[in-house]
Amino acid sequence: MNSPSALSSGRSIAKKVIGTPSVGPLLVLLAFGVIFSLTNPRFLATQNLSIILQQTVIIGTLAIGQTLIILTAGIDLAVGAICVLGTILAGKLANSGYDPVLAMALAVLACTAAGVAAGGLIAGLRLPPFIVTLGILGIITAALRLISAGGAFSVTDAFLGWTGNTIRLNGFILTYGVIIMLLLYGLIWFLLNQTQWGRHVYAVGNNPEAARLVGIPVGRLLLSVYVLAAFIYGIAAWLALGRIPNADPNALQTANLDSITAVVIGGTSLFGGRGGLLGTLIGALIVGVLRNGLTLAGIDPLWQDLITGILVIVAVALDQLTRGKR
Amino acid sequence: MAAAASGAPVVTAPAGVILEARNLVKRYGHVTALDGVDFELRSGEILAVVGDNGAGKSSLIKALTGALIPDSGEILLDGQPVHFKGPLDARKLGIETVYQDLAVAAALDISSNLFLGRERRRPGFLGNVLRMLDKKGMRAEAERSMADLKFHLPSIGSAVESLSGGQRQGVAVARAALFAKKLAIMDEPTAALGVRETGQVLDLIRAIRQRGLPVVLISHNMPNVFEIADRIHIMRLGRRAAVVSPKTHTMADVVAIMTGAAKVEEPASSGLRASITT
Amino acid sequence: MSSLRISTDVRSGTVARSTAAGLVIFGTAFAVTGHASADEVIVGLVTKTEVNPFFVKMRQAAEEEAKAKGVKLIARAGKFDGDNEGQVTAIEDLISAGAKGILVTPNNSTGMLGVIKKAREAGVLVIALDTATDPADAVDATFATDNFQAGVQQGAYARKALGDKKPVLAMLDGTPGGTVDTFRHNGYLKGFGLAEGDPAIAGSAITNGAQDKGQVGMENLLSKNGDINAVYTINEPAAAGAYAALKSFGKEADVMLTSIDGGCAGVRNVKAGQIAATVMQFPYKMAANGVDAVVEYAASGKKPSGFVNTGSFLITDKPIAGIDSKDTEWGLKNCWGD
Repeated sequence: MNSPSALSSGRSIAKKVIGTPSVGPLLVLLAFGVIFSLTNPRFLATQNLSIILQQTVIIGTLAIGQTLIILTAGIDLAVGAICVLGTILAGKLANSGYDPVLAMALAVLACTAAGVAAGGLIAGLRLPPFIVTLGILGIITAALRLISAGGAFSVTDAFLGWTGNTIRLNGFILTYGVIIMLLLYGLIWFLLNQTQWGRHVYAVGNNPEAARLVGIPVGRLLLSVYVLAAFIYGIAAWLALGRIPNADPNALQTANLDSITAVVIGGTSLFGGRGGLLGTLIGALIVGVLRNGLTLAGIDPLWQDLITGILVIVAVALDQLTRGKR
Repeated sequence: MAAAASGAPVVTAPAGVILEARNLVKRYGHVTALDGVDFELRSGEILAVVGDNGAGKSSLIKALTGALIPDSGEILLDGQPVHFKGPLDARKLGIETVYQDLAVAAALDISSNLFLGRERRRPGFLGNVLRMLDKKGMRAEAERSMADLKFHLPSIGSAVESLSGGQRQGVAVARAALFAKKLAIMDEPTAALGVRETGQVLDLIRAIRQRGLPVVLISHNMPNVFEIADRIHIMRLGRRAAVVSPKTHTMADVVAIMTGAAKVEEPASSGLRASITT
Repeated sequence: MSSLRISTDVRSGTVARSTAAGLVIFGTAFAVTGHASADEVIVGLVTKTEVNPFFVKMRQAAEEEAKAKGVKLIARAGKFDGDNEGQVTAIEDLISAGAKGILVTPNNSTGMLGVIKKAREAGVLVIALDTATDPADAVDATFATDNFQAGVQQGAYARKALGDKKPVLAMLDGTPGGTVDTFRHNGYLKGFGLAEGDPAIAGSAITNGAQDKGQVGMENLLSKNGDINAVYTINEPAAAGAYAALKSFGKEADVMLTSIDGGCAGVRNVKAGQIAATVMQFPYKMAANGVDAVVEYAASGKKPSGFVNTGSFLITDKPIAGIDSKDTEWGLKNCWGD
């Protein structure tokens, strides 16, 4: 054990801060916050900030699952489709007289089953995640249009819409959906950072061959990741019904790219094994703040896509550069 | 002519055989990788395994670590026959392997890598039910183990990718030392290293022997082998051509046996004695 | 404990990453950031997508009208057909931005009832353009084509043009369940003088308003019944697909093919004789009237209400006595899109 001098302990704190993966994205988020609050004083209104949080609920929750999968060096293109599967099933079942709690549970179960299928193909047959999830995206999208005859329908059940209810904290309005999303972030953060399972997720993503050699059951771990992710998509379906009491087979078509964007801007490497959940939450908030702030400033929202595009490329380039140096 | 004509036992190793293999055979179609090879590792020694490419070195090591199942022959650990169905079986019985590509997750820190796949959990509910990691305990153990081995690393919390090649190798070797109950097998641990770093890793291997753990060292590097090994097992054409001591044989002798330029007469009693005729 | 310990086990971010990303974004954002003054009247426009020429025309018209009236227009859109979430988010942002009124073409008639209610409670005038909400009084007013009436115009023309031929009708629908779809379909039957289920209806196909599906649907219907002599189409792309199918069957001259929309490509097809007639609607009127209504509301607090028909005209170069129509020359001057 070294006995730290005053100087080195100061450096230690600095290093601690820099070493935390989400500092970069956090600075970006703060920078946007400063810019937008200068452009329009309404930006910092508690009501507006709580709106941004509410708008982050669906993509933010889906991005939790996406983060898990990307940490294993995979990718999930079916994230939106699985979530829509949840909204349509829950809505159909509840509208046809099922107990709404049962309907939602069955819907979450169906989403989880999609994860079992994806994880089974990826872990068992070693098929590439990109192709497997692309296939599942196509299958679910087509199946949903078939069973819902192409049309959207409203879902008015109180339980299914429960996550849209709000509570007030010092004038700050939170929906139950926001709280559930934050709890999920906390829970999965704990799993990733404090448990053996989480350690193995990073190891498998970073070097699957090494993970296998040290005796980590790589296939079983991958399966567990895809199943957990899909379960989270099922919860996201519930949150989505709370936000919009409507089940639409055409919804969330860009959720896959949007969630990947949040993950990448949040500093998680597409090559797997590096990054973290906190960054993803910040990444999702960056996208939300950007869109909201530009609207408040009266600027064409196409700038949002442009800036988001730059952010994604910068994040990936930095990942590549820092990895290359190692 | 007999280069080692003294006739006395060439090798004096401590008694007690830890790992033994008898008459291992492995064929792939028409290719014979192992042609009735014998092997013997004694307690507390560093046994180098050398041989030309294709001599069966790596097949032998794979058979001993469970990565390959021989067609016939037997393997004995502490005198008991064992049958490995995979690397995990060998590991469970206390045989640790340092692979050539190290098998480290470079983005993870040193402590995580030392305990990779064998993480310690917190006691009680936190560990058993929540499966929480005992990060502090693992770090302390990692630091203690590194101090024991007198291997200096910047910080047990730094990522392995921030380390030099020798330090990374050190992490992989230390992991084997930490978990090996019977023996450690190291596959070309110095292949990619510079002179100074090679020295560090060799010191580490010596430190492991000092703790009483026998080591099997596979290497192409003759000077290294002669610097560190107690005995040298020489492979040729899928068999053990000889076991010699670096004290009695020169590098040239070993190379001659490896390439078949020198003939070896094995005494009937055991493979421990080798005489060379050139 | 070592003094240089880093608390995280897995590191990805670095100083370089954070600062570089921060700087790039800072620069970009400052370059594009403009100032909105506080007392300006803001009109929000939320269209279904940014790509459909119908909505492009709507946005251009709204921008022109906003400029003319000295108000600020903030235009937003869903990312794709069916992007309810994107439209809800856009309306929430516009409320936050302090919009006086919001013009919206809902992607789905029930999807954004909640957020529309929120907007109206916040004192924002909400007008649905082109597509009504369900219920229609969820918004203050709806400025749209009377799609049923437009269907009647199409049907009546087709029936008269057939003369005393016994009608055999094929119907190329859009997306089943859509309100616009239902209105146009039913209006056509009314104008044509047929009831749903009449044996004169040879069959129908779903086109989603797309040309390729229109063609496939028409081919299938022609295979089923070669005597088809009248074709209803949900819009002009579907009609273009139907024409291609008719031509490949050699029937393009014998069939009364009509449509609805008033896109410039559609009007050109009328001029070329591929489509006998189309019913034009006026997205720019919806948008401009919408902006005007918000300006009026800001000035006097007066709100429009109910359904406001922005009108529709039959465009054809083969006018029929007793049916109002305009020729394609007029049509090409007033059409939307390229």
